[in-house]
Amino acid sequence: MTTLPHSTTKKLGLVIDLDTCVGCHACVISCKGWNTENYGAPLADTDAYGSDPSGTFLNRVHSYEVQPPQGEAQLIHFPKSCLHCEDAPCVTVCPTGASYKRVEDGIVLVNESDCIGCGLCAWACPYGAREMDAVEKVMKKCTLCVDRIYNENLPEEDREPACVRTCPAGARHFGDFADPDSNVSKLTAERGGMDLMPEQGTKPVNKYLPPRPKDTLSEGAGDIDILAPYLEPVAQEAKGFLGWLDKTLEKL
Amino acid sequence: MHPAPSVIFFTVFSGIGFGLLTFLGLGYPAVTGWSAFAFFIIAYLCAVGGLISSTFHLGHPERAVKAFTQWRSSWLSREGVCAVIALITMALYGAGLVFFGQRWGILGLIGAIFSLLTVFTTSMIYTQLKTIPRWNSPLTPAMFLSFSLAGGALLASQVKWAMALIAISGVIQVVVWMQGDGALKSSGTTLATATGLGTKGDVRAFEPPHTGTNYLLREFAFVVGRKHSMKLRIISFVLMVVLPVLLLALPFTHWLALLAVISHVGGALASRWLFFAEAEHVVGLYYGKR
Repeated sequence: MTTLPHSTTKKLGLVIDLDTCVGCHACVISCKGWNTENYGAPLADTDAYGSDPSGTFLNRVHSYEVQPPQGEAQLIHFPKSCLHCEDAPCVTVCPTGASYKRVEDGIVLVNESDCIGCGLCAWACPYGAREMDAVEKVMKKCTLCVDRIYNENLPEEDREPACVRTCPAGARHFGDFADPDSNVSKLTAERGGMDLMPEQGTKPVNKYLPPRPKDTLSEGAGDIDILAPYLEPVAQEAKGFLGWLDKTLEKL
Repeated sequence: MHPAPSVIFFTVFSGIGFGLLTFLGLGYPAVTGWSAFAFFIIAYLCAVGGLISSTFHLGHPERAVKAFTQWRSSWLSREGVCAVIALITMALYGAGLVFFGQRWGILGLIGAIFSLLTVFTTSMIYTQLKTIPRWNSPLTPAMFLSFSLAGGALLASQVKWAMALIAISGVIQVVVWMQGDGALKSSGTTLATATGLGTKGDVRAFEPPHTGTNYLLREFAFVVGRKHSMKLRIISFVLMVVLPVLLLALPFTHWLALLAVISHVGGALASRWLFFAEAEHVVGLYYGKR
């Protein structure tokens, strides 16, 4: 089982729009909620109300500052979960066959009853997508909500990953990258979707849409100038004691 | 990387144990009867003790037998298979020497080959990881194999071999340290490639995903000992290489040899601690750490 399939029928994955993400962490919470209550071992929290809280999460939102050579710095919120790589190094290192990539849709999963908790798959993943659960002692990772997307007991609009369903900004998109006409393939082509750490050779399925450049402050300055004459500073020169102080200090 | 004591003990002691089994398998020293029994007990205590200690870091050691199934793709699985073949073969070979006074050379040769293969497969578990550029180098198996053979020769009382192999392992160790220090940089993986934002400008980690710690930071962003790494390297090198070679150069007594073994093992443990503590996993970049 730990050898990778040569190709998969579908390539299910996510497009994450770094231009749209507002960094609200709603995807983190909905992911934790769904995956704690449903498929597999729950995602443990340890010392949740104490001084050293820690927990298992399958999706986390980082924030980065990007300073372009010219112009304003940009703050970019950066959700990160399993990228369901085509050449997933986490799968081939597994000694028990617990980790596998599905031939039918390319989802990378862990069979928890076979996992010995050696942690080697987490070592092999460059993205930090796998976390050993501190209580269950098995490896947890994003399942692409495999128990939602095919679940006929759910209304059709809910048959997508919890993070995508909950995102209030529409920054996450779910679809089949093997189909060139799918929403995710089109978005990736239009917006120049990129791979994370391409040099690691993992061929991630999930793509990230780069943030658009920020509006510059000088652009559009002319549009708001109607009231500007009334907002000119009235006191051009200091008078009285401060005026004297200003002049005296200038002379020194 | 977090330096788990169980894995440090496992790699050092099983390495030395399998090194000793290699020498015994090749007939050095050519012992039979009770003295063979003593040598084999030491070798098995090291090798099996190390293997057992490695199961302490497993979340579910009761399922460990499943790890023998994926030898086609997984180095960890291959290590398990090689270790079992080596231990069984060497047990039969040892029984011949101890109980029948017979040296079944073919069994010894097969056992020696699988003992070395076990050490090699152990090293490949680390070498295969592109995520840890410091380990992702042919120097890693060279280091593990040279340590194993040096320790094995020392325990097998092959004084000349031990001196030469310890010196070779010392040279490899120094090259490993020198090359390793630039490995992350030359791997080309940076926060810029990790986020894909490098084309826009300089990327800086602004805020981590949470205020507390997590599994990833505990396991991969271990930085506690790094500021002492130069001192530890010197201590390790003196204990592992300089002292044992000097002690072995003196006229041979068992006490001096014992001192050489203790010093070498102590130095090897320090070196293996550094092997883990100094290793930078690329996931640390996402947290602005290395």
